Amino acid sequence: MSEEQPGTAGLAVPDTWEVAGMTLHSRVILGTSRYPSTQVLLDALEAAGTGLVTVAIRRVDPQAASAGESLYDLLTERGLQLLPNTAGCFTAREAVLTAELAREALGTSVIKLEVIADDETLLPDAEELLIAARELVARGFQVLPYTNDDPITARKLEEIGCAAVMPLGAPIGSGLGIRNPHNIQLIKEHAKIPVIVDAGVGTASDVAVAFELGCDGVLMNTAVAQAHDPVRMARAMRAAAIAGREAFLAGRMPRQWYAEASSPALGRINAPAWP
Amino acid sequence: MSADTIAVHVNAEPRLLDPRVAIGDLVRQVVGDAAARGVAVARNGEVLPRAAWFDTTLVDGDVIEIVRPVQGG
Repeated sequence: MSEEQPGTAGLAVPDTWEVAGMTLHSRVILGTSRYPSTQVLLDALEAAGTGLVTVAIRRVDPQAASAGESLYDLLTERGLQLLPNTAGCFTAREAVLTAELAREALGTSVIKLEVIADDETLLPDAEELLIAARELVARGFQVLPYTNDDPITARKLEEIGCAAVMPLGAPIGSGLGIRNPHNIQLIKEHAKIPVIVDAGVGTASDVAVAFELGCDGVLMNTAVAQAHDPVRMARAMRAAAIAGREAFLAGRMPRQWYAEASSPALGRINAPAWP
Repeated sequence: MSADTIAVHVNAEPRLLDPRVAIGDLVRQVVGDAAARGVAVARNGEVLPRAAWFDTTLVDGDVIEIVRPVQGG
């Protein structure tokens, strides 16, 4: 990833940044679920240029355990860093035990903290989330909390000592894009820790918007995994991240209500009336 | 239940086991390899570090969780 890629002269590629003590060369973080096959997953991860991927922690299925190489080996052999999540946890207690198991299994103290309220919306339960975050920080974890796009919850998570804050763009798996860019921008403006949009991205333009708003990273899964061509979509996401980040760094023009001509008024010709 | 058997739950499945069985033996049974990377064990809601797997035998009523990373978002 350290060599300049073709066609990217002058662009911030690779774009090195740090979160939770990890140095990353891509601002795209990918989930590993819902791909048509393991091979498509691996190809998509490579096409996206990501260095950090999420995994869930689940009971070992003895039937599946003996079938082929483990996911852990497949991913780590490719130099990918694993970000375990607490997906499926409804209480702080479940999330903390899952995080402890993840730390033991993967040897990392970094955890994507998810505490959801119900199966229908998969929206975070802010109350349980804050309790779990406080407990995990006290236990020495680097906590990356998946949170509502609420600037106040984000501020509290930062005050607790989270390593980053990960507001949703829209509900998990919805592909609805960034529904409240104003809130995401508010969160980013006030945060002194990295802001990663997690969930809701549907296509490349959503990723570009997240970075144009100044976000430090984007975490997505379904938008790539369930695309008609996941590998091509992964490539599109990579390009969108670069485009959005470049646009943010370039500084966009101010919005205004009325038109303003680009061409000069001086030197315009007069046309005689038609006969 | 004979005196030589204990009842435990392993990944929510009830099992009758020899009380001399170490956690590491159980991991070998379930995972196929007690040295497999990326595996973690919880015993009664607390993580049991890998280094203690073969020094810890099961007790009647133990609730064991054996987990590993899977595809997730």
